[in-house]
Amino acid sequence: PLAAAAMAAKRRTDEMRDRVVLGEFGVRNVHTTDFPGNYPGYEDAWDQRRFEEAFRVDIIREEEGALEFDMVGIDAAIANAFRRILLAEVPTMAVEKVFVYNNTSIVQDEILAHRLGLIPIRADPRLFEYRNQGDEEGTEIDTLQFQLKIKCRRNPQAAKESSDPNELYFNHKVYSKHMTWVPLGNQTDLFPDADFRPVHDDILIALLRPGQEIDVLMHCVKGVGKDHAKFSPVATASYRLLPDITLLHPIEDEAAEMLQKCFSPGVIEIQNIKGKKVARVANARLDTFSREVFRHEGLKNLVRLARVRNHYIFSVESTGILPPDVLVSEAIKILMGKCQRFLNELDSVPME
Amino acid sequence: VQADGTDGNCVTFVLHDEDHTLGNSLRYMVMKNPDVEFCGYCITHPSESKINFRIQTRGGLPAVEPLRKGLNDLMGVCQHVLNTFEVRLFLRSLGDFSISW
Repeated sequence: PLAAAAMAAKRRTDEMRDRVVLGEFGVRNVHTTDFPGNYPGYEDAWDQRRFEEAFRVDIIREEEGALEFDMVGIDAAIANAFRRILLAEVPTMAVEKVFVYNNTSIVQDEILAHRLGLIPIRADPRLFEYRNQGDEEGTEIDTLQFQLKIKCRRNPQAAKESSDPNELYFNHKVYSKHMTWVPLGNQTDLFPDADFRPVHDDILIALLRPGQEIDVLMHCVKGVGKDHAKFSPVATASYRLLPDITLLHPIEDEAAEMLQKCFSPGVIEIQNIKGKKVARVANARLDTFSREVFRHEGLKNLVRLARVRNHYIFSVESTGILPPDVLVSEAIKILMGKCQRFLNELDSVPME
Repeated sequence: VQADGTDGNCVTFVLHDEDHTLGNSLRYMVMKNPDVEFCGYCITHPSESKINFRIQTRGGLPAVEPLRKGLNDLMGVCQHVLNTFEVRLFLRSLGDFSISW
């Protein structure tokens, strides 16, 4: 009895420490509380060795431009820092200045410049430097130059009655594949095998009709997403916590069927034990937590919905400039660079 | 970085060009230090990118020490995360052996 009560109390503190519980009307235990001094009997002070033993990374799926991986044993603050850096502080190259020599198309100059800036450019930003403040010209080491020169003509061989623009005109659709790289200075020597172009060839920039022409020169610079979203290297980077579903009482027969419908497919499976249908949690990871269970009076109290506090399922999709695994490595290095910067300042400035 | 406070134990650091990214993760690492009595950060105004980072220690430890230790610990965490991640990528690229960790 006393031992049982002690066990129950320990289970409750453990739950408070490492599960975020989703109740019917709100979420409990949201904040991290495992700091030294909060829980007597628990060793909470920072220990690098204990962290390294408990930490692991599992790569679940790696596709063309997307990566899904798990980080277990890390805290929300640091996982969020990685996510924020992936979105806003990993640098890329994008069109910044557009010199318009001739634009007789229907698209206004500034709209055209805005659209050109958003096009992802396949250029490894680690090969370039940031442009200095106030430097208008741009040197070889910080600028990439592209040219877009296109004119629409009427097709003399088109049929008399045709109304299909593809037949009637040449070059009436301006795609990103019409952007050509113009090497500056000694860039041909610096990057002999490089092929700088937009990531996708089929991004429609503008539409033209005969007699209209676009002749612009573009300068690409290195920047970060904090400055302008066009510099963000990820289509999106997000994480979610691993779901944890516990059945507090055995659920059978009709209730089991209803329970299976309440969750995403594949989460609850029904087993046949001694002729009765019993529900079992098969794969909680697939669930999207719509909390449908709470709408059914009979099932509400039989299930505990929670999330594991330190298990993060990251999903990173890249725009194609850098592969997603390189992006994650760069993000971690950027966080290290920030710490190093402050350590250097602490060491150099004397504290009174 | 600027610092001002009453004595060496309670110091508010002003970190320029920083936001929640470093603020929250550094706050977590400094809180894990048992010598720290209070640690918090706030963004003074959302238009300016600087944070006020305050550390109070119990006992006679100057507040710069937990900050330094927190920064070093955060570097250690990042290094370990980077190593683990790259090892995992490398093992995955070697082939699909089912390596149970």
